[in-house]
Amino acid sequence: MKACVAALSVTAILLVVSLAFGEQERGPRYKYQNDALVYAEIAKAPDKARAKSNPLEKDRDAILGGQNLFDQHCSECHGDTGEGGKKGPSLRDPQVQNAVPGAIFWILTNGVVRRGMPVWSKLPEPQRWQLVSYIKSLGVVPAGAQNPASATAKP
Amino acid sequence: MISFPRSGVPVVVFLLLIPFGFPSTARAQENPYIVAYDHYLEEPGNLEIEYFSTFGTQRGGNDFHAFWAEFEYGATAWWTTEFYLDGQTTFNDSTVFTGFRWENRFRPLKREHFINPVIYIEYENTNGADKILKEVEGHDVESDYANSNALLRKERDHELEFKLLLSSTHKGWNFVENTIATKNLTGGNPWEFGYALGASRPLALKASAKRCSFCRENFIAGAELYGGLGDRYSFGFHNTSHYLAPVVAWNLPSDWTLRLSAGFGLNDQSHHFVLRWGVSREITGFGSMVNHLFGGHR
Repeated sequence: MKACVAALSVTAILLVVSLAFGEQERGPRYKYQNDALVYAEIAKAPDKARAKSNPLEKDRDAILGGQNLFDQHCSECHGDTGEGGKKGPSLRDPQVQNAVPGAIFWILTNGVVRRGMPVWSKLPEPQRWQLVSYIKSLGVVPAGAQNPASATAKP
Repeated sequence: MISFPRSGVPVVVFLLLIPFGFPSTARAQENPYIVAYDHYLEEPGNLEIEYFSTFGTQRGGNDFHAFWAEFEYGATAWWTTEFYLDGQTTFNDSTVFTGFRWENRFRPLKREHFINPVIYIEYENTNGADKILKEVEGHDVESDYANSNALLRKERDHELEFKLLLSSTHKGWNFVENTIATKNLTGGNPWEFGYALGASRPLALKASAKRCSFCRENFIAGAELYGGLGDRYSFGFHNTSHYLAPVVAWNLPSDWTLRLSAGFGLNDQSHHFVLRWGVSREITGFGSMVNHLFGGHR
């Protein structure tokens, strides 16, 4: 019984500390006005990464597969159609849409760990390129514009 | 004899039923390892609830079924914290609650590298009847588990465990190498060491255009090899146990992940056979949900 009480106490402490820490890190930084900090990471992609072209660029199924992956892994933070969410910036901003595929692939692979985006290298390389295909297919919606209709966003 | 603390049963059952109450979940891309760790942490704000079972054969004693519940929370993109509740049933003996563990994993580097390190720190408060075999360390051998639960429970273990997790991903393959160092804080026990190695790969590297249960990319197969490395006075592969286990994970579109592992002892001091299985579900946005409950801003 003592062990059980101790276990529950530790759980409670653990939960409070980790929640407080997590919220502190994600807090105001993820308001829209600070998305520039995240977009700035795209510019940090090395030349070698930028030079990579999308091997699935002409594969129409790549977009559908990418959409499938986006729904599972990305929409929670970036919104259902990439318009931005509570935790992640819009992927339909010109800074993302005008980025070369290699730079987007590099961000997916490395994440932006200090700003809350995890690394996605656990998805095999072809799946990351499928995601790049889908993200690029979303098209530009300037920041601050109305939430785009999902019907027009889906390929 | 049933010696599981009865007041604890509803708590554990309630905790394990939590995943059924959350409609908003995302399919995870979970690795198949049960003992080894890769360098991927839980996504920030997500809670993963897991249940694992281990069936082990026992020479000179009764076979056992050990089980644990795991609550894994992504505090940040570089810190994952986990809480475990352990128990076991030894056939023809009893069912006992064997303790808890609190584990933390920290990712020190911002970007991906050829080899990616993660620092692992765990506190364990268990008793000698703990048989989940989450790791092998020091001179852990099969005969340690042969006594009755009543006897084994008398031994208390307060342990600090450190691991260096190294992991690489290349062309769909994941390779992991974990080094373990453990110090039992009770008594004058020496530092003990262990290892775990693993390799795995999805059966297909591209995602299908439609969600499907039996698509090859949903299955990740591999193997893990783990065992003890003795202690600071007697370091090495001798007088300890070693296991080789093929592993497979099935990531279902319905947000659940199933894992299966059949482990085989590689020497006479290992259990002959250890069968493990597990089920897990990830709850996205759990941190935000709790924050809102306590009046956090939306």
